[in-house]
Amino acid sequence: MSKALHTHEMRRPARRILSLSRRAARPRTGHAPASALWQAVPMALVFLTFFVVPLAVTVMVSFWEFTQYSIEPAFTFRNYMDVFDGCLSALPDLCTTLATYLSTLKFAFLVWLCTLLVGFTVAYFLAFHVRTLPVQVAFFLLCTIPFWTSVVIRMIAWIPLLGRNGLVNGALIEMGAIDEPLEWLLYSDFTVVLALTHLYVLFMVVPIFNSMMRIDRALVEAAVDSGARGWQVLTNVVVPLSRPGILIGSIFVITIVMGDFLTVGIMGGQQIASIGKSIQTQIQYLQFPIAAANAVVLLLGVLLAISLLLRLVDIRREL
Amino acid sequence: MSGPEDVELVSVTKKYGDVTAVDAISLKVAAGQYCCFLGPSGCGKTSTLRMIAGHESISDGDVLIGHRRVSDTPPARRGTAMMFQSYALFPHLDIAENVAFSLKMQGVGRVERRRRAAELLELVSMTDFAERKPAQLSGGQQQRVALARALMMRPSVLLLDEPLSALDPFLRIRMRGELRRIQRELGISFIHVTHSQEEAMALSDLAVVMKDGHIVQSGRPREIFNRPATAFVARFMGGHNVLREGGRLITLRADALELSRATADGRPAKVREVEYRGQQVMVSLSTEAGEEMSALLPERRFYDAPFTPGEAVSVAWRAEDVHELSAEV
Repeated sequence: MSKALHTHEMRRPARRILSLSRRAARPRTGHAPASALWQAVPMALVFLTFFVVPLAVTVMVSFWEFTQYSIEPAFTFRNYMDVFDGCLSALPDLCTTLATYLSTLKFAFLVWLCTLLVGFTVAYFLAFHVRTLPVQVAFFLLCTIPFWTSVVIRMIAWIPLLGRNGLVNGALIEMGAIDEPLEWLLYSDFTVVLALTHLYVLFMVVPIFNSMMRIDRALVEAAVDSGARGWQVLTNVVVPLSRPGILIGSIFVITIVMGDFLTVGIMGGQQIASIGKSIQTQIQYLQFPIAAANAVVLLLGVLLAISLLLRLVDIRREL
Repeated sequence: MSGPEDVELVSVTKKYGDVTAVDAISLKVAAGQYCCFLGPSGCGKTSTLRMIAGHESISDGDVLIGHRRVSDTPPARRGTAMMFQSYALFPHLDIAENVAFSLKMQGVGRVERRRRAAELLELVSMTDFAERKPAQLSGGQQQRVALARALMMRPSVLLLDEPLSALDPFLRIRMRGELRRIQRELGISFIHVTHSQEEAMALSDLAVVMKDGHIVQSGRPREIFNRPATAFVARFMGGHNVLREGGRLITLRADALELSRATADGRPAKVREVEYRGQQVMVSLSTEAGEEMSALLPERRFYDAPFTPGEAVSVAWRAEDVHELSAEV
């Protein structure tokens, strides 16, 4: 499952280096000079060692055979069949695998929506309402402070806030808004979405902010001059021109959430299924081939989602 | 509001913190005039334009357009439209949609928008480019589009912020003629900010020379060129010699000077430099009193008896060419 993460975090810088060297070389020769290729070697090595090789091994193992006590090199599709075991016959009901995928997709969508709304708002505030650079930097640092602590601590910190006798329930009862503590505040879909949004919203803020800072302020004035009201400036100028940032942020958030099992596990009270969780369980039982097959399916799913997003914007041109 | 309207500034002031960018200027631009704000960078001309447009708040004073006080009116309702220095075309929209942006904001449908955009693209000879994106256009073409977009607002006053400064010299002269033509055709007021005195002289009915947030002189360009109020104006307009004569400050047009060999009467001087300029030759001189002067001589007459650097000459002028400047610099 962590493969899905690596795919995008590592491929992007590598691609960027290649495309830059190509762009620089084009006017002169039409081919990348040898020196440019040599400069790409260190990154290519890192990329090979930490991404291509592990991925190749995972794909390879996904075709191996396994029994209770052994794993044998082979070329069989049995693992893939096992992943979707009984899915055809169970239709129209969803088998466990498909239901898990659906649940994961649901979280990916909800978290994407929440991080997008919050992230866009924060980025907009930073880019358009904070006027001086020092204040911008200060606010930005403020946004990163939660990242100085570990993911687990940031998640656990929600528990005293949201629990049955937590701060939120306590305050609501005190105010007389509710009589019984709200059960869905902790260990529920709501908590999972809340925690994931909290954890990953910055991945949305940074690229959107970056896109917004490149918007020529004269464009906003030109829109106002043409009679655009506040929200019209937003929908006709700011949002379209922030699209590359929105897209990059979306890719980050979707890939991370699709592969997440820790947050869904902890914040869902170990009651909510996720693909990441099922892969982890299979690894615990040393069923590496079927875990690998599951990871490959997840990777393909994520790649599909990303390629659909890429259809919307040509990232290479926008960077 | 498409008819031409007067623009009046009533002691308009702009302060940025403690810095006064524009200091209580008053001016009236009559309807249908081509007005140029002229001055070195930092003189407050762009701030003034932006205050008329409504993109800059007015610290003190008032802007009136056609007798309406517009100081607190949003930009789009002032009857002004602005052409930005960088053109500020929307990179994600094609040319027709750029031109029709204000219609889209009013909720006009796509077909009607593109039809009206086509009309204006015709006016600026850009019909063939309607489908392109701004990045695919040259600077001159982008400028025409920016002009068309501004005209879509049917302004009674068009505001232009250094519209020609990003163009190469040939294109600049051509666009200059075109701006003048369009202004005449539409009959609306243009207020144009520039740092080029040549541009201001070529275009304007009313030239306004600014310095340090003040208007130093305003009037017809010919009047300003021939009767500059101060030494600053004389130097900024160029082609002038500012001299001190008998306790008063005078200016002499460089092309009013007569040079002759040292024998004749006049002010003795030495030729420092000779610069060929096509129709004219510029001769730089230093007088015995240490003053620097320059004389513009018609090319043919110069080459009848050319002067060379180092030569001693005498400089003479007719009394009626002397123009006295006011004391302030």
